[in-house]
Amino acid sequence: MSSILSVTIFLPLVGALLIATLNPEAKGNARWIALWTTIVTFAVSLLIWINFDPTTPGFQFVEEHAWLGTLKYKMGVDGISMLFVILTTFLMPLCILASWQSIQIRVKEYMIAFLILETMMLGVFCALDLVLFYLFFEGGLIPMFVIIGVWGGKRRVYASFKFFLYTLLGSVLMLLAMMAMYWHAGTTDIPTLLQTKFPRDMQWWLWIAFFASFAVKMPMWPVHTWLPDAHVEAPTAGSVILAGILLKMGGYGFLRFSLPMFPNASADLAPFVFTLSIVAIVYTSLVALVQEDIKKLIAYSSVAHMGYVTMGIFTASQQGVDGAIFQMLSHGIVSSALFLCVGVIYDRTHTREIAAYGGLVERMPKYAVAFMVFTMANVGLPGTSGFIGEFLTLLSAFRANTWVAIIATTGVILSAAYALYLYRRVIFGALEKANLKSLLDLSPREVAILAPLVLLTIFYGVYPAPVLDVTATSVKNLVENYQSAQGTASASLTTRGYQ
Amino acid sequence: MIDSSVLYVVLPELIVALGAIALLMIGVFSSNGEAAGRMVTWLAIAVLLAAGIAIFNQSGAATVFGGAFVSDGFTRFLKIVILVGAALTLLMTFDNFSRAKILLFEYPVLVLLATLGMLMMVSANDLIALYLGLELQSLALYVVAAFKRDDVRSSEAGLKYFVLGALSSGMLLYGASILYGVTGSTSYATIASAARLPEMATNVGLTFGLVFVLVGIAFKIAAVPFHMWTPDVYQGAPTPVTAFFAGAPKIAAMALLLRFTQAAVPAVASQWQQIIIFLSIASMALGAFAAIGQNNIKRLLAYSSIGHVGFALLGLAANSPEGTSGVLIYLAIYVAMTVGAFACVLCMRRGDHYVENISDLAGLARTDLTFATILAILMFSFAGIPPLAGFWAKWYVFLPAIKAGLYPLSVIGVISSVIGAYYYLRIVKVMFFDEPAEAFSPREGRPSVVMGLSAVFTVAFVLPLVGGELVDAATAAASALVH
Repeated sequence: MSSILSVTIFLPLVGALLIATLNPEAKGNARWIALWTTIVTFAVSLLIWINFDPTTPGFQFVEEHAWLGTLKYKMGVDGISMLFVILTTFLMPLCILASWQSIQIRVKEYMIAFLILETMMLGVFCALDLVLFYLFFEGGLIPMFVIIGVWGGKRRVYASFKFFLYTLLGSVLMLLAMMAMYWHAGTTDIPTLLQTKFPRDMQWWLWIAFFASFAVKMPMWPVHTWLPDAHVEAPTAGSVILAGILLKMGGYGFLRFSLPMFPNASADLAPFVFTLSIVAIVYTSLVALVQEDIKKLIAYSSVAHMGYVTMGIFTASQQGVDGAIFQMLSHGIVSSALFLCVGVIYDRTHTREIAAYGGLVERMPKYAVAFMVFTMANVGLPGTSGFIGEFLTLLSAFRANTWVAIIATTGVILSAAYALYLYRRVIFGALEKANLKSLLDLSPREVAILAPLVLLTIFYGVYPAPVLDVTATSVKNLVENYQSAQGTASASLTTRGYQ
Repeated sequence: MIDSSVLYVVLPELIVALGAIALLMIGVFSSNGEAAGRMVTWLAIAVLLAAGIAIFNQSGAATVFGGAFVSDGFTRFLKIVILVGAALTLLMTFDNFSRAKILLFEYPVLVLLATLGMLMMVSANDLIALYLGLELQSLALYVVAAFKRDDVRSSEAGLKYFVLGALSSGMLLYGASILYGVTGSTSYATIASAARLPEMATNVGLTFGLVFVLVGIAFKIAAVPFHMWTPDVYQGAPTPVTAFFAGAPKIAAMALLLRFTQAAVPAVASQWQQIIIFLSIASMALGAFAAIGQNNIKRLLAYSSIGHVGFALLGLAANSPEGTSGVLIYLAIYVAMTVGAFACVLCMRRGDHYVENISDLAGLARTDLTFATILAILMFSFAGIPPLAGFWAKWYVFLPAIKAGLYPLSVIGVISSVIGAYYYLRIVKVMFFDEPAEAFSPREGRPSVVMGLSAVFTVAFVLPLVGGELVDAATAAASALVH
């Protein structure tokens, strides 16, 4: 059990190496190896979850080895990262399945890229060393760049470059901040850094540098413009990973670094984050209303939903942070499912234009039901997982700042508007277009992909406790530390000797 | 009477010097032709290996020849890097030179002489020793740049390199003479103690001499604004020669710069730091922007090497033991990646015709996936994307820069690295995203091995067994230099 985290993280990499040895013509083998690798990885990660003790706030399953120079290879999970690991391993087999038929060229390379990407993503959530975290955080850019660029749509080159350079520019500033933290604290060990008190003005600089990275990744308005391009051009599974997991790295980063390590700067700059969040919620919801492309619409709605996450995180209250984590997990399931739904009809008609559809319910009733569930969850209907996260974050925002909550709530109405409008235009109406009249309903493979997502969406909407139980202790610890840092901040202001 | 222990200290240099002379004789007296060239090249590689083994067997620190020649952990680290770089590039000459009908014995002999010059530069502890090593290296390099005699570009490269190189040597010599005039000695140790005197802090002569010496060295490492020769020479010289130019000579010149700044003029660090910071910023920025418009891959690598020198200088600008070890790590990784990249260029061949345009790489992923993957790994590594070696190179030079409080310099550095990432990505894009162009001829064994080794090193650096060892060795080497 002592190295179970490393096993989980590097299993996909082993699978990738295995596929690399295959004959390029062996498409089927590459698919099956990728599928089994991701399923086994999921199983191992479930084992971690079962053995995870939700009552302790600290890191568990910690591994530590000597690495380069003074750096250490250190891994561990706590209540905040645990579920992101599960989300990642859960979505990966679905992604492989979703690519089963839609990817026909260079299958081997595709599967290798996805498996490497999974290793990188798992590493981000488990790393307990700044450099290790950065390594996985940035390393994921390479496979994602290739996935968008090789298997993407018409403007894939533009989208992949934009994605890569935007994220890289944000991250390099974080790298410099990490170096500054290393020289201040003498270590890059994350548990130690969580105990370190940085002087207030240093916190400001570090906070801004980390914010540059996570805000781009999140993405927050106004640095969100790479996301619609990347989503639209990426293949279905690429969009799922982007929406489901890569965006969560930003939120995870805020929770792991910004809030606990720079509590004073976080408190000072929270109004700034609130402002960006509500602009994101309202503005991108309005933008989503006028989209012609289904994927673009979902991409903009993702930006809006991430607005609730940042808002919730920076209220720095139990409900707010719990809600933000829940919202991220729920969005990970729901938006992934929506992209998979788009993939289903895209595979049949090869268009993502809303205007090209209409009346699908007549030919595809099962599809219409699944799409309905996810649309409702996207809106935040009570009884779906989308509701819990939005409600908790709005509740905490209301206590922090009433105006923020009021404006953010209009986003709920707008999301209903664009989501239902989309649903009506695609599913209902008259079945007039000739090419739609011969469509087939979901295949067993597609049912196998969407069914677990439907179940989870409803299950967590009705009974969110399994998630909140896991996060509660760690979040409580985080919030308490944050609040005690605020108490001592005014005292340390007078005594700080930082130059 | 020379003590045998002295000979032991200079054994690696002796091996290379005697080897060069012996090989010259073998070449002259063998019936002229390719067979002789082939044999002498192999022997030259053997000589370099022997010198490497001699270095491995040395230990401790020693200063000989009246303090002019020093051997310690620092010199051993860099000499190994130089010998590896030179040996690998020699290994790649065979097929290319044979096609160009210039597989002659003179080339390996000249490379050995240049390498000897570099080894002396690394060990120089005196302005005269510095100049001797530098000139031995440069003169040999001028000739090899023009080695493809009947090619206009190659001759142009040789001439350009010679004129500008001679100018820079003149400047360096001028600066050295001023330093001698001001401090009364050519020995680093005496210069250092003289520079420590309080009245020296404002001495114009010292500053003047310092500036000229630094300008001379800046020419050799091709730091902006003394870089103009680089793109033309890189493009014009035969590709195996360019591969050699891009690696070993830069290491030697950086070694010179490191020892000169740390051992001769540490007392006026605040003065030379300003110059280094300027060179660093200018090189990083120009390297990032000028490469964007390049279509010739050798020119692109020339600008990229200018940028990388800028990053390496970041570590020196920090003026600390961590900074020195950062520069050493950067240089070692840079040589490994550059040699691999040029091995890739040497594999860009259709029939007997070598091509050099980036557009020739179009769709390489579909015609030769291994080649495309290796080059892509090297490009991502050049761009500094983790977990590849290029990231660690940058990590270890930015770290001391941050410690030294060089924040604006570091921010400019990381932003140029993002701009630089654009053109590295463009190569990946051409290979993976574009429609295939005409396929290349089958790759030859030796360049393939070199690029494979380079890619494996780049990927495996993240393992303690590879990167950890290198980092430890560089740290130990840096501590030998900084007392």
